[in-house]
Amino acid sequence: MANDQNGTTPLQLAAAWIFVGIPLIWGVLETLGNAMKLFS
Amino acid sequence: MALSFLDRERTVAKPGFNRWMVPPAALCMHLCIGQAYAFSVFNLPMTKLIGITTSTPDDWKLTELGWIFSIAIVFLGISAAVFGRWVEEGGPRKAMFTAGLCWTLGFLVSAVGVYSHQLWLIYIGYGVLGGIGLGVGYISPVSTLIGWFPDRPGMATGMAIMGFGGGAFIASPLSVWLMHKFSTPTHIGVAETFIALGIIYLCFTWVGAAIVRVPQPGWQPAGYRPPVQTQRLITQNDVFVYDAVKTPQFWLIWWVLCLNVTAGIGVLGQASAMSQEMFPGKVTVVAAAGFVGLLSLFNMGGRFFWASISDMIGRKNTYFCFFVIGTVLYILVPQTGLMGSVALFVACFCIIISMYGGGFSTVPAYLKDMFGTRYVGAIHGMLLTAWSAAGILGPVLVNYIREYQINNGVPKAQAYNTTMYIMAGLLVIGFICNALVRAVHERHHLKADDTRVAAART
Repeated sequence: MANDQNGTTPLQLAAAWIFVGIPLIWGVLETLGNAMKLFS
Repeated sequence: MALSFLDRERTVAKPGFNRWMVPPAALCMHLCIGQAYAFSVFNLPMTKLIGITTSTPDDWKLTELGWIFSIAIVFLGISAAVFGRWVEEGGPRKAMFTAGLCWTLGFLVSAVGVYSHQLWLIYIGYGVLGGIGLGVGYISPVSTLIGWFPDRPGMATGMAIMGFGGGAFIASPLSVWLMHKFSTPTHIGVAETFIALGIIYLCFTWVGAAIVRVPQPGWQPAGYRPPVQTQRLITQNDVFVYDAVKTPQFWLIWWVLCLNVTAGIGVLGQASAMSQEMFPGKVTVVAAAGFVGLLSLFNMGGRFFWASISDMIGRKNTYFCFFVIGTVLYILVPQTGLMGSVALFVACFCIIISMYGGGFSTVPAYLKDMFGTRYVGAIHGMLLTAWSAAGILGPVLVNYIREYQINNGVPKAQAYNTTMYIMAGLLVIGFICNALVRAVHERHHLKADDTRVAAART
C-alpha cells in the first residue's frame, strides 16, 4: 500500500493490531487452557 | 458543531491510508460487544448480592436474571433493524461512537441497579441500552469493511464478526478476575466490575471510532481488477434498504441464517449437559466445561475460516457446505453415542459449531452479493431478526424434545437422538431455501435519480 500524504505509518498499523491482538490472544489462551481439561 | 468529527465526510480516508487499519477498528467494537456471550458469569454472583455466601429469599432468582440477556438480544435485533439506515448514512464513526456510549451507559446504569438492588434498572441498563449498543455496534463496520476489501469481502467481515465470538474469551476471565478483586467477605463486587468494564469498553470502542475510515468514492485496492465477466449471483447494482425486504431473496437468506443458527444455538446452550448425559461416566463436569471452551474456539475460528473460504467458492456454495456437512454430522452424532466414541462426538460438534459461526460471518458478504454495497449494513441489520428468532427456536427445540423423550421413558443417553435428527431436517430445509436463491430482479435496483437516496444525502 502506498504511504504518502498523511498515509498510515507501519508503527500506527502495528499499534492498532497490537491494541486488539493482545487481549484477543490472552482470551484465546485462557479458553484453550480450559478446553485442555477435556483431554486431561 | 462540536461533534462534526463524527460525520461521514470527516472519516473519508486520505491518500495513503492503509486499509488494514480498518479491521482492528472493527475489532475494537466487536471484541467489546462480544462480552454479551459471557454475561452468564454474572448470573450466579447476582443471586447472592444480599446473602453473599448463599442466596436469601430477597436475592434475585436465576430465572429473573435470565431476562437480562434475553432483553439485550431482542434489542440487538430491533435496533439493528431500526437504526440500520441511520448507521449507513451517518457513517461508521458516528455509529461506533454511539454504540460505545450506549454499551457503556448500559453497564453504568446496571451498576446503579446492582448497588440499589433494583433489577428493573439492569433490564433498562444492560437489556435496553446495552442491547441498542449491541445492535448498532454489530452492524456499524460491516459496509465499511466491504468497501475497503472488494476483493475479499467475506474475509474482511469474517474478521470483525470473529471478534464478536472472541469478545467472550476476554470478558469471561476478565470479569471473574475483576469480581475477585472488588469482592470482600461482606460484599460481592459486581457493581464495581460493571463500572470497570464500562470504562474499558468505552476506551476501546472510541479508539475504534477514531481510527475507522471510509474509502474515497471510487477507491479500489492497488492491483485489484473488478471481474470483467459479471457473475450471476454477484450484483454490481445497489438495492434500497426497504426494497430489499420486499424481495424473495431477502427472506430466503433470512431462513438460511435462521435455520443454520437454530441448529447450532440449541446445541451450544446444552453442550455441557449433553456431553455428560450421552457419555455417563466418561465425560466429567470439568471435561464438559473444557468441551464448551473448545466449541467456543471453533465458533470463533469458523467465523474467519468459512467467511474466507466463501471468497473462493462463493457464498451460496459455502452455505451448501454448511447444510450438507451439517446434516451428515447431525445424523452421525447419535451413532457416536452408541459407539461410545467421545472423540468422534467432539469432532462432530466442533465442525458443526464452526459452521454455526461461519453462518454469521458469511451472511454480510452474501447480502452484498445480492443487494450491493450501498445499504448492506442496514439490510444486514434487518436480517439479524433471524438470529433473534433462532435464539428462541433452537433452545426450545432441544430442551422440550429432550424433556418429552425422558418423560416417555427414553434413557438420558439417547434423549438427544430425535433432536439431532430434527436438526438435520432443519438443515435440509435450509439447503432448499439456499438452492432457491437467485439474482435479484433488476426492477429492484436503485436508480441514480432515486429521490430516497437524494434525500438521504442532503
